[in-house]
Amino acid sequence: MGAPAVKIAVCIKRTPDSESRFRIASSGVAIDEAGLKFDIDDFAGYAVEAALQINEKGGGGETVVVAVGPDSVQESLRKAMSMGADRAVQLKVDSVPADGLAVAKALAAELKDGGYDLILFGKHAFDTSAGVVGTATAELLGLPCVTAVSQLDVASGRGSARRELEGAAELVEFPLPAVVTIDEGVARPRYPSLKGIMAAKKKPLESKPAQLGAVRVSVQKAELPPERPAGRIIGEGASAVPELVRLLQSEAKVL
Amino acid sequence: MANVLVYAETRGAALRKLALEAVTAARALADASGGGEVHALVAGPSGVGAASEQLGAYGADVVYVVEHAALSNFERESIAATLADRAKQGGYRAVVLGFSTQGRDLGPRLAVKLDAPIASDVTEINVAGDAIVVKHPGYANKVLVTLTLSGSLVVLSVRPGAITAKQAARSARVESIQPAVDPSASRVVVKQVVEGAKGRPDLGEAPVIVAGGRGLKAAENFKLVEELADAFGNAAVGATRAVTDDGWRPHSDQIGQTGRQVSPQLYVAIGISGAIQHLAGMRTSKTIVAINKDKDAPIFKVADYGIVGDVLEVVPALTTAVKAARASH
Ligand SMILES: Cc1cc2nc3c(=O)[nH]c(=O)nc-3n(C[C@H](O)[C@H](O)[C@H](O)COP(=O)(O)OP(=O)(O)OC[C@H]3O[C@@H](n4cnc5c(N)ncnc54)[C@H](O)[C@@H]3O)c2cc1C
Ligand SMILES: Nc1ncnc2c1ncn2[C@@H]1O[C@H](COP(=O)(O)O)[C@@H](O)[C@H]1O
Repeated sequence: MGAPAVKIAVCIKRTPDSESRFRIASSGVAIDEAGLKFDIDDFAGYAVEAALQINEKGGGGETVVVAVGPDSVQESLRKAMSMGADRAVQLKVDSVPADGLAVAKALAAELKDGGYDLILFGKHAFDTSAGVVGTATAELLGLPCVTAVSQLDVASGRGSARRELEGAAELVEFPLPAVVTIDEGVARPRYPSLKGIMAAKKKPLESKPAQLGAVRVSVQKAELPPERPAGRIIGEGASAVPELVRLLQSEAKVL
Repeated sequence: MANVLVYAETRGAALRKLALEAVTAARALADASGGGEVHALVAGPSGVGAASEQLGAYGADVVYVVEHAALSNFERESIAATLADRAKQGGYRAVVLGFSTQGRDLGPRLAVKLDAPIASDVTEINVAGDAIVVKHPGYANKVLVTLTLSGSLVVLSVRPGAITAKQAARSARVESIQPAVDPSASRVVVKQVVEGAKGRPDLGEAPVIVAGGRGLKAAENFKLVEELADAFGNAAVGATRAVTDDGWRPHSDQIGQTGRQVSPQLYVAIGISGAIQHLAGMRTSKTIVAINKDKDAPIFKVADYGIVGDVLEVVPALTTAVKAARASH
């Protein structure tokens, strides 16, 4: 018999492709979404993969993907199901607020009585680059929380993980249920197979209103940061080193 | 008038640079909120209270010292509860932290415990009437976002290096307090700490970063990067994802969109192509140097000073020259 079945929720965000060139929308408070490709956010994609592998190894369990967002998030939820997640929940809002605590409250309300052993998040989302929602959800649910995890295992009701710190790492153990936020290091997200894509069409996707509560953080302005001045090549090979050292001393004043 | 509570993070018994930056940010915010006080909280094993004097010198009016043997590790559940307890004593406009491993963990916990809105990784803090307005580089530094936070108490974490620590001589009143919950009762148990490079500053705080990419060709050649970092004396070592994927360096050294985001005075990119995800982590560095054999490598578009050449030849020459330059003054 394999490990006992684990019920896992993975909270995923839909974000624009990080390689895009961004423009600011005419509203001045958002990016212009025209022509951008959107997908499951990078770290949340790793989290989906981590969940699928835990349940594959355990030979059972359930993986549920959850997203707060407008109907466009259904595409991302379907994609996660085509990778192998069993079902999906959309917590519907017209647009996702910049208030991470409000998003966490909506997720916590949904997850509270779900009987999940493990709730996974990305360590931060590409767009907000904030890293708030996972830890805040853990705190709202009163669960132990392990952030920035690059390896994750579950055995006999306990989790073990490698957590990335600044310039070091920790190996930790914790009781389940728990919240874990995922860093790179777990296997790269798989591509959906054709069979997976077909199967996903029949998997349940439930949609219900999000219970956001008060939204107290809002975007007042979005702008592109100033461009760096164009680079310059000062020379070729080792013979350029004296000139570089001179510039570092006299111009950049860093030596 | 409103006070500001700031978490003064330590490493070992020493205050981190980002703690002084957070105190400076808190001082400015208290001044802008009608001249309130700055209250710093420092937590650690016995002896950590010695940091109080320095906190006063940077603008703290009161220092709360939490000393407990179990706090030699960062016991996040206990520290979050202690900070929240303190913040609930009232009169605070904001809790300010550094956006470090610790601050990333504490910030959202505090936001929940205090039911306060939070902004992470901010580079600027302003007061606008009843609201607090912050700047935050989002989209992996590609879009600068201005956020408005409403609410009488907010949680803010400040990007390391974004605010220059400034002295603001005060002589802080020191008060010893107990941890709000037992620090040895953490549910998450640390079994082992895997240390990174010893004797080097952290990537987030180092004035100089020497980073290597796949252009170094083999793990052994990474010693050229180490030697150049040694020559600078105060440098940290970073790497691209190509390098950490291949296991030449640990993941914790990775710089970029999915690694660390850094802004040193000087960033030296060695055999790095300059992929957009790498640039996302280092393009805000003050001065960028690139060494690459391909004159069309994208890294040269952001490099203040580029040298086209073989790293195996250029880097040892640069190491020798940097040593000589530093020895002569
Ligand atoms: C979602 C996502 C997230 C990512 N996140 C990150 C991230 O956080 N950080 C990151 O770094 N990357 C990240 N990447 C990967 C990124 O796209 C690049 O693949 C990576 O940065 C390339 O690393 P590199 O420059 O070392 O290698 P390469 O791109 O292979 O470049 C090697 C360079 O070395 C030069 N070179 C070769 N030999 C020599 C020599 N003898 N002397 C001098 N120069 C030489 C070559 O001209 C070339 O420019 C991410 C990618 C994706 C898709
Ligand atoms: N709207 C959302 N719906 C579901 N999960 C989300 C949402 N926003 C953020 N998350 C999750 O929280 C993580 C951290 O997001 P953030 O706090 O915005 O950096 C993401 O990687 C997701 O796993």
